[in-house]
Amino acid sequence: MLQGHLDIQLIAIVTAVACSLPGVFLVLRRMTLMSDAISHAILPGIVLAFFLTESLSSPLLILAAAGTGVLTVVFVELLQRTKLIKEDAAIGLTFPALFSIGVILISRFAGNVHLDIDAVLLGELAYAPLNRLKIADYDLGPASLYVMGVMLVLNLTFILLFYKELKLATFDASLAATLGFAPALIHYGLMTLVSMTTVGAFDAVGSILVVALIAGPPATAYLMTDSLTRMLILSAIIGSVNAVAGYWVAYLFDVSIAGAIATMTLLIFVLVFLVVPNRGVIAIARRHARQKWEFAQTMLVIHLLNHEGLPEAEAESEIAHLHEHLRWDPAFANQVVRYALNNQCVSQDETLLILTDRGRAIAQQALVQ
Amino acid sequence: MEIINILNHFDYTLMIVAIGAALLGAVSGSLGTYAVLRRQSLLGDAISHAALPGIAIAFLLTGSKTPLILVLGAAIAGWLGTLLIMSIVRMTRIKYDSALGIVLSTFFGFGLVLHTLIQRTGNANQAGLDTFLFGQAATMLKRDILTIGILGGIAIIITFIFWKELKLLVFDEGFAASLGFSTRALDILLTSLLVIAIVLGLQAVGAVLMSAMLVAPAVAARQWTDRLSLMMFLAACFGALAGVSGTIISSSASRIPTGPTIVLCATVIVGFSILFAANRGLLWDWTRQQRNRRGLKTAAGGLFKEPQQGGD
Repeated sequence: MLQGHLDIQLIAIVTAVACSLPGVFLVLRRMTLMSDAISHAILPGIVLAFFLTESLSSPLLILAAAGTGVLTVVFVELLQRTKLIKEDAAIGLTFPALFSIGVILISRFAGNVHLDIDAVLLGELAYAPLNRLKIADYDLGPASLYVMGVMLVLNLTFILLFYKELKLATFDASLAATLGFAPALIHYGLMTLVSMTTVGAFDAVGSILVVALIAGPPATAYLMTDSLTRMLILSAIIGSVNAVAGYWVAYLFDVSIAGAIATMTLLIFVLVFLVVPNRGVIAIARRHARQKWEFAQTMLVIHLLNHEGLPEAEAESEIAHLHEHLRWDPAFANQVVRYALNNQCVSQDETLLILTDRGRAIAQQALVQ
Repeated sequence: MEIINILNHFDYTLMIVAIGAALLGAVSGSLGTYAVLRRQSLLGDAISHAALPGIAIAFLLTGSKTPLILVLGAAIAGWLGTLLIMSIVRMTRIKYDSALGIVLSTFFGFGLVLHTLIQRTGNANQAGLDTFLFGQAATMLKRDILTIGILGGIAIIITFIFWKELKLLVFDEGFAASLGFSTRALDILLTSLLVIAIVLGLQAVGAVLMSAMLVAPAVAARQWTDRLSLMMFLAACFGALAGVSGTIISSSASRIPTGPTIVLCATVIVGFSILFAANRGLLWDWTRQQRNRRGLKTAAGGLFKEPQQGGD
C-alpha cells in the first residue's frame, strides 16, 4: 500500500513537472490553447496506432499521437495563413473535427476491442502503477513513470540547450528572426515536445486535465515573478505541490486523483491571484484605497499651503469647514484629516489645522510636479 | 418545406432528432457569429467544460435529475467560469488564452471530483458523464425541442433588441465605450447569451464538441459576406444544415454517433466555403491572381514588343 502511495505520487510529480516546463513557454507565447487542441486532436492518431498494434502502451502509440499533434499545429497554421480565419477560430475548428474522426473511428470499428474513450479523456492515475515495466521478470517500476521521466528529461534538455533561443523567440520573435535563430524551428520543436508530453500524460491524467498541468502552474508562477528562470523553477515547484496535495485530497475523499489535482491547481491559482504582493487582487484593492487617501491628503496640504500666512488662513484651516472649501463630504473630510494627522502631515490646534514641515514638503513637491 | 418532405420518409424519432439538431445548429450558429467576430471562438469550449461542476452541484443539492435543474446548474457554473476568465484578464497580465485554459481544465477537474463523489454514493453511473462529454442527440424528445426553440428564440430576439449596441461592441469596442455604452454590461449580456446556446447544445453534441457548433457555421458564413445581419442568417442556415445532415448520415448506418457526425458536416461546410466562397474563397483568389498575371503579361509583352518593332 505504501509503495502504491509513493508510486502514484512520483508519477504525478514527474508528470506535473514535465508538463509545466513547456507550459511556461506556451503561456508566455499566448499559445496555451494549442495544448488543449493538441490533447484532443491526438485521438485519431491514438486510435489508428491502436488498430495497428492492439496495445495501449506501445511506443508507436506515442509517436503516432505526437505526429497527429504536430499535424494539428500545421493545420491550424495553414488555416491561418489563408487569412480567411483567425487563430482562435482555426483552433476551434481543427481539434473538434479531428476529435470527431477519432470518436467515430472508435465507435465504428473498436466496439469489440478494448479502447475506452473515457480513459483517453479522463485518465486514471490510480491504475497507472499497475502497468509495470519488466525486463526479464525483474520489476523496474511503473511504466508510465519511465515514459514521463523520459519526457521530463527531453523537455529539460531542450530548454537547457536552447534556453537563449527560446527566450528570444518568446519575447521578441522578429529580433530572433533577424539574428538568424529560426523561430519557426524553435516553435515546431516546442510543439513537438508539447505533443509528446501530452500523449505521455494522457494515460495518467487524460486529455482535458493535461491542460490544467500545462497552463496552471506556469500561469500561477507568472503572477509571482518577472524572471524567466524563476518562472520555470516556480512552475515546477507549484506543479509538484499541486500534484501531491491533489493526491492526498483524492485519497482522503476517495475521488478522482486527476480531478483533485486540477482542483488544487485552481485553488492555488486563485489563492495566489488574491494574495500575491503587488499584483494580487487584494494588493491592487489596497493600493487603490491608499491612493485615494494619499490623493485627498495631498489636496488638503496644498489647500493649507495656498492659504498659509494669508488673512483668510484661519477660516480656511477650520476642520469643520473643510467640506465647504474642498467640496468634500463632512465624514470624508474628517477621515482625510485623521489620515493626514496619522502621517504627521498636519497638526491640530483646537479646531484649526496647521501644516507641519513634512506636510509642507509634500505640498511643495506635488505643486512642482 | 423540402426538408420536412424528406424527413417524412423517416420515422418519427429521427424527425424529432433532426428538427432538434437543426434548431440547435441555428441557435448556436447565429450566436457563435459574435464569438467568432470577437475572436473568442474558444470561449464556447471553456464554458461547456466549466459547466460540469454546476451539473454535479445541482444534482447534489436537489437530488433530482430533472433536465431543467441540471441545465440551470450548468448555466450558472459556465457563467461563473466566464466571469473568472474576464476578471483574470482584466486584473492580471495573464492573457486570454491562458485564463481560458486554466478555467476550462480546472473547473472540469472539479466537476470530475464531484462526479466521482456522486458515483460513490451509488446515485449515478458513468453514463451521466458520457452524456455530458459526448451528448445524446438520439434521446431528444419533443419537450427538448420546445426548450431549445423557446430559449434559443429568446436569446436570438435579445440580439435583435440590442442589435446596434452589440454590433458596435463587436467591431469597435473603444468607440462603443466612448459613446457611453457600458461595454462591460454588453460583454456580460453577450456572454450570457452564449452560455444559453452552449447549455442547450450540451445535450446534443456534448462538451467536447460544442465549440465546433459555435465556431464552424459562423466561420463558414464569414466567407460569403461582409454584413453582420447576413452573416448571422447564413450561420444559422449552415448550423441547421449541419444538424440535419449529420443526423441523417448517422442514422443511415449503425454505430455512427450523431454529435461527431454533425461536427464533421459543419467542418465540411467550412471547407467548402473556404475553397469556393465568392470574392474571399481560395479558388476565387487563385483565379483572380491568374487573371491579373495574364493581364500583366500582356501589358508587359506589349511594352517589350514596341521598342523591338521601333528599333528595326
